[in-house]
Amino acid sequence: MRGRMQKNHFIRCMAAFILLSVLLLTFLVWSVGAGSVSVSAREIFEILLKRAEDGTAYRIIWDIRLPRVIAAVLLGGALAVSGYLLQTFFHNPIAGPFVLGISSGAKLIVALTMIALLKRGIAIGSAAMMLAAFFGSMVAMGFVLLAASQLGNMSMLVVCGVMIGYICSAVTDFAVTFADDSNIVNLHNWSLGSFSGMSWTHIQTMAAVILITMGIVILSSKPIAAYQLGEAYAANMGVNVRLFRVLLLLLSGVLSACVTAFAGPISFVGIAVPHLARALFHTSKPLLLIPACFLGGAVFCLACDLLARTLFAPTELSIGSVTAVFGAPVVICMMLRKRK
Amino acid sequence: MKNMDYLCAENVTVGYGTRAVVENIALSLKRGQIATLIGANGCGKSTILKSFVGQLSLLEGNIMLDGRLLGRYKAAELAKKTAMVLTERIHTELMTCGEVAATGRYPYTGRMGFLSALDKEKVRQALAMVQSEELASVPFDSVSDGQRQRVMLARAICQEPELLILDEPTSFLDIRHKLELLSILENLVRQKNLAVFMSLHELDLAQKISDTVICIKDGQIDRIGAPEDVMRASYIAKLYGIDKGSYHAQLGFLELEGAKGKPEVFVIGGGGQAIPVYHRLQRQNVPFYAGVLHENDIEYPVAKALAVKVVSERAFEPISAERANEAWRLLGTCRRVICPVAWFGPCNMENQKMLERARKAGIAVE
Repeated sequence: MRGRMQKNHFIRCMAAFILLSVLLLTFLVWSVGAGSVSVSAREIFEILLKRAEDGTAYRIIWDIRLPRVIAAVLLGGALAVSGYLLQTFFHNPIAGPFVLGISSGAKLIVALTMIALLKRGIAIGSAAMMLAAFFGSMVAMGFVLLAASQLGNMSMLVVCGVMIGYICSAVTDFAVTFADDSNIVNLHNWSLGSFSGMSWTHIQTMAAVILITMGIVILSSKPIAAYQLGEAYAANMGVNVRLFRVLLLLLSGVLSACVTAFAGPISFVGIAVPHLARALFHTSKPLLLIPACFLGGAVFCLACDLLARTLFAPTELSIGSVTAVFGAPVVICMMLRKRK
Repeated sequence: MKNMDYLCAENVTVGYGTRAVVENIALSLKRGQIATLIGANGCGKSTILKSFVGQLSLLEGNIMLDGRLLGRYKAAELAKKTAMVLTERIHTELMTCGEVAATGRYPYTGRMGFLSALDKEKVRQALAMVQSEELASVPFDSVSDGQRQRVMLARAICQEPELLILDEPTSFLDIRHKLELLSILENLVRQKNLAVFMSLHELDLAQKISDTVICIKDGQIDRIGAPEDVMRASYIAKLYGIDKGSYHAQLGFLELEGAKGKPEVFVIGGGGQAIPVYHRLQRQNVPFYAGVLHENDIEYPVAKALAVKVVSERAFEPISAERANEAWRLLGTCRRVICPVAWFGPCNMENQKMLERARKAGIAVE
């Protein structure tokens, strides 16, 4: 009987992975095709396989849409996994880089760095953006940990994180207001969150960082599983808990910093996607959940970006508002179900 | 080799940072033995247990585990030697009891933690050992506290330890599950030749299951030894600072404090039949005398704990005239007699006579 249950669960997981992959492919083709100049699926394949190398469609797809959808896939996946790691760290399903103020901390430092560098006439590179974002994440994380050590209560921790987020956003707004006129447009768009304006160099940097980090995360799935039982049991199983906690925070920080550096703060993906992944795969095994979160985050962000671009075209919505519309209800449902 | 101490501590001080919680700990434990820590809440039992599995560093002294310093073990090696069961409930989501138990295989699985056929077999055996095979595919967060603790014990068994550490494993359990868990534990010790080091709240259970009892008081080991030597009534009262009741050492039960004052009730008891009467009077806060009881009567210790005065006779002797007279004198000062005893024999004939005399004298008899 036990064997059959395991087999059923295996089939369920496979089906879920196939479903997510099909959704990902569908949204990819749809996203690349949709817009002011619409391109059919067939044309897209011809352009991608370089059978038709000229024309506006070719330029639009290679220079604008393809980098954008790839960014949405990579950053969406990274954001969901970052949230999953924070939830593991705090043993709390409503932890995430956005609600804990970590995204906003990254945003603040990136904005300050951008303004300072632009004043001297230096355009900021993607590596420098990432470093600034990582530094900002770690500073905000430091405050959150300080609060966590004092509070002990998880809901108070989240409230504290939201406050830290507001403070950082407020300071960012001040900085943006007093920045040079020429910078404001750029900075303002970015600080609302968007996958637009990605270049292939950006894609290269983020792909390298995210894929390496994801590799380490997947290799850590065994200690993550042990850590889910609590620190004392994890230590008893031979996990170096102190080191492992630092590793969790670093990995989560790198992933969320990468997202903030390139696309600005994006809300609720980090909480909603891991929750949906758990429900879909019906498991808490990290080895399954980590790839599931990545795929799920990719699909979620891709779909939200598609909506942000096309819903009120030519006006573009900020990605953060769209993810909030879909993500926040999921979080509320989750908390109501926890109550029972 | 067989008689070598498996766990041995000398001059150990445990605590957090620079704050010592319990000082000067010296103890030893062989495989196949159970050592139990007792003491009031917050006296440092958990701190000691955590230190003995290397989760807290020692402030002073040395602990030898299987002939090697505890600090010399790598975390992965130690995980194959010691396993823990804690009081706190763990919070799992979407995990079956089988999966929870299987986490105990952690030190034996590879980089990605896949379970081999052997691992799965060990998990099955461990669950069978705690009589929970049927729980393997049941969600862990839907089972009862008693079942949870059994699964956590199975988890510990999966780790194939030589030393098992349990921190108040019976705290959330009802009496049936307490007994079940401890009898499973006793079996384990015998079958797997484990050394068990634990803390318990229940003195009666500690007394029955332990080879060594270690009493912690005021930041040090107050007494250590076999339970029959350590757990004497007067000492337990002192250890826990009991002044509102009493503890019975041989039987290991607790009684609340009896009512004080001048008694107006005399209870003629015997054969355990008056125990409910004593408890009822205690609840109603009515002071009473009891007698005449034989010292080997099952209700004698209860009467002793609760009555203002007990008139007693030596075991197996018929009640002497002297005792009967003393009882009658006390009865004469009372307004009420309670006698739940239904049958009198040669040994307690005097009690029957006393009851009849009381009736004739017009004292209310219940």
